[in-house]
Amino acid sequence: MLKSPTQSRPRTPLSVQKTKSKIEEQEAKFTLNAKDKYFAWAFLGPSLLILGVFIFYPMVRTLYLSLFLTNTVGKTTVFVGLSNYISLLTSADYLSSLGVTLFYVFAVTIITISLGLVLANLASKRLPGIGLFRTLFSATMGVSVSVAAIFWLFIFNPSTGFLSLISTFLHLPQIPWLTDPTAAMWAVIITTVWMNLGFTFLILLGAMTSVPTTLYEAANIEGASSRFQFFHITIPSISPTLFFVSIITLIESFKSFGLIDLMTKGGPTNATNMLVYRIYKDAFYSGNFAQASAESIILTVIIALFTLLQFKVLEKRVNY
Amino acid sequence: MDIVTKPKLSRRILDYTLLTVLALIVLAPFLIGLWTSFLPTMQIAQGNFLSTKVSFQNYIDAFTQTPIIRYLGNSLVISTATMIAQLIFCSMSAYAFVFLKFKGRKLLFTLFLATMMLPFEAEIIPNFQTVKAMGLLNTYSVMVIPFLTSAFGVFMLRQSFMQMPIELKEAADIEGLGHFQFYWKMVLPYNRIPLMTLGAYSFLGAWNQYLWPMLTTFSNDFRPVQNGLRQLQSEETFNDWGMIQATAAIVVIPTLIVLFIGQHYFKSGVNEGAVK
Repeated sequence: MLKSPTQSRPRTPLSVQKTKSKIEEQEAKFTLNAKDKYFAWAFLGPSLLILGVFIFYPMVRTLYLSLFLTNTVGKTTVFVGLSNYISLLTSADYLSSLGVTLFYVFAVTIITISLGLVLANLASKRLPGIGLFRTLFSATMGVSVSVAAIFWLFIFNPSTGFLSLISTFLHLPQIPWLTDPTAAMWAVIITTVWMNLGFTFLILLGAMTSVPTTLYEAANIEGASSRFQFFHITIPSISPTLFFVSIITLIESFKSFGLIDLMTKGGPTNATNMLVYRIYKDAFYSGNFAQASAESIILTVIIALFTLLQFKVLEKRVNY
Repeated sequence: MDIVTKPKLSRRILDYTLLTVLALIVLAPFLIGLWTSFLPTMQIAQGNFLSTKVSFQNYIDAFTQTPIIRYLGNSLVISTATMIAQLIFCSMSAYAFVFLKFKGRKLLFTLFLATMMLPFEAEIIPNFQTVKAMGLLNTYSVMVIPFLTSAFGVFMLRQSFMQMPIELKEAADIEGLGHFQFYWKMVLPYNRIPLMTLGAYSFLGAWNQYLWPMLTTFSNDFRPVQNGLRQLQSEETFNDWGMIQATAAIVVIPTLIVLFIGQHYFKSGVNEGAVK
């Protein structure tokens, strides 16, 4: 429809107008289309309603609940101000959950990104048949949380599991994967990293393959080693993507719930009792809705901070 | 880098060896799971990992003795409904933010962006009370209605709508197309790829839901597959690993096939939507 000359002719004055400043243009359109207001409500209405009911209202409600004591059905009883927060932040139990979560989140992020870089760097080489390896490396993207848990629960199973068989075969000491606090934490970390790897790999690969090859050609002429090229060309060129995918991994790890419920149930001895799992248990097992609400607000603050950081980067990269 | 220095044969062998070893490590959990899904549970329990008694018995058991098909069907219904709803409502909102000029547009968009900072996991208490009051517990709707739209989807589509050539809008104005026609006939077809990406995201997102369905469904009639697998595991008093692995394989194989077919679109979309 754009190719038709009769239509392209009257466009000329419009394009001239377009060269005016953006604000001027917007103002002009603004006064022109007063009717847009009604369309806007029609187009935005459904989304606004859903976000209002299931995102905004519950956030306000959670904040409200966190300032009260509640009975077992979640009705508020006494206003207590910030005392729910104070008791949480001074309880060794909650602080240990916070510490455990931070350890998990950073371990998962660092290991996922490192392994993703190794895989992506290798798979970004132009070799015959590399497409097959790219597909295989991204395969864990198709694994959902319960499937991953089943696969790895079998691998970590103390009596009949795969790792236990290998240890017996090689006469290595048995690691009580899911019953020892430290080992259980690592079991959850390993499973999470494995699940994340496909997605991380694919994003990093996308960034690496769009680094201009001329950079590497120049480095080759200079005789730079491939290690030097990786750290001085690849990493700086993909740093925005690297940052983006790190933040995404951090945020997602803070929200981890499924694997913990399926693999450890927060145990042994609260070693994997992370923030979301705790909220769930405090609210729906113990019926302590007020405390769980305060925990929810703390989680929200943490996630909001990292999301803001991510927006800062997106702003720079996407709105060009 | 191949252009300048011709890679030596030894270098190539090293590359392929590394690639193969890493692929095997990444795929190991799949391969172990798949292999044990063909073994009788007795053999697995005895550590007879290299048993030759392979059969499809575990699969037959899984299909006949567990509601795995029902779980998959439930997930398919929930994920498809969520995907279609998000494609419609996210694209409508994105359209408003790009092509409609109205008072408070900036403020509303900031509000949408702000919702991306609020984790759903931190809102389960009031949301549970809301759906309970609405009488939605243990239905398909309870797993779809809160996710009819997504701020991320709106944000992603807005980015690509903004990159449409302004001439398209001008041509539509000249042709006298109204907003609904322009949205339907030009904006949606022009943004096929980002829409497909959002479709894949929302489908997978719904498919992988775990916490919310766990709180809101209590029967196999509505339980999606993630929670269904958990249910099976907790019901198995005798650790029937063979059959459990078979159920996992039944769930993962279709996803892998869809993923490999859709990877081309997904990959280009991920990079478009995220960071270039």
